[in-house]
Amino acid sequence: MSNPVNVYDARADHAVVAAESPLAYSYASSGTPAPARHSRVVMAERAFLGHLILRGGAIVIDEALREVLGLSLPGRPNTLTVADDGRYSVQWLSPDEWLLIVPGGEEFAVEGKLRQALGESHFAIVSVGGGQTVIELSGEAARDVLMKSTAYDVHPHAFPVGKGVTTCFAKTNVILRRPDEARWEIIVRRSFADYVYRWLLDAGEEYGIGVTRESHHEA
Amino acid sequence: MFHIYCPYCEEHREEEEFHPKGQAHIARPDDPDACSDEEWGDYLFFRDNPRGIHHELWVHAVGCRKFFNITRHTVSYEILETYKMGAQPQVTAAPRETGEAHGAEGRADAKDIHEGVRA
Repeated sequence: MSNPVNVYDARADHAVVAAESPLAYSYASSGTPAPARHSRVVMAERAFLGHLILRGGAIVIDEALREVLGLSLPGRPNTLTVADDGRYSVQWLSPDEWLLIVPGGEEFAVEGKLRQALGESHFAIVSVGGGQTVIELSGEAARDVLMKSTAYDVHPHAFPVGKGVTTCFAKTNVILRRPDEARWEIIVRRSFADYVYRWLLDAGEEYGIGVTRESHHEA
Repeated sequence: MFHIYCPYCEEHREEEEFHPKGQAHIARPDDPDACSDEEWGDYLFFRDNPRGIHHELWVHAVGCRKFFNITRHTVSYEILETYKMGAQPQVTAAPRETGEAHGAEGRADAKDIHEGVRA
């Protein structure tokens, strides 16, 4: 590759430091109430995914993304494209900026392929997976919890499936998006993850919020 | 609270997502070395403070993080339009067709004050 950018795998196989999710501390200090029969909202973290920020012209990035992942770039503001199997997604963040989420461990390979496909175009790709995490809300009362937390209109008329926005959430800011009918995703900075976790536990208490822990098989 | 239309996100958002950045359309002098001290000082430090229509620079800080312009009425606080960087405002205090700029401004001010009192 003729690209002079110094890229390296942030999650190399020989790394000796164990990866910890941004919520590792929160699970220990705030607890993880198990989902019960009366739970109307369930929270789960999808940790250790590969997050890539793509910047540049929409046309060249769209072509590269189709070539590498078979995904089309969302061209309209506040929209989200999710691959059929749900493992890859790309979201519009601003007129020249998108967030690509890939399964954990694939981000370095995907970044390399995208750089190859983009060649000499004017672009930037930054791996930001270490700096943010995805918190997922599901259940019938998920929308009620969101209504308590953000001023953004989350009614289905205003927030259909396939929409994603960056907005204020409690006293921080997050990316809020709706990949499918059943789930809401909140992408939050690592340093605010504990705050959002505790906020959601508190806001969801009246709906019997439960927390599910995924097994981090790919980490 | 303002409900501000972001021309890049193409929808209205809450004011808390935005941040004002002062007066818009301040052109840097083409040749700073040729400026008098007064011209350069005006460019750097002096801003308009009109009673009436004002063009402002805002940033959608929590959101797309793009800068854009707002035409706002400083008396009623009404947002008359928002437009992208590089675009020209459609709503201006001085009617463009009038040749004598100062007189036109004066008339517009009188009208604006009247509107402001009504608002």
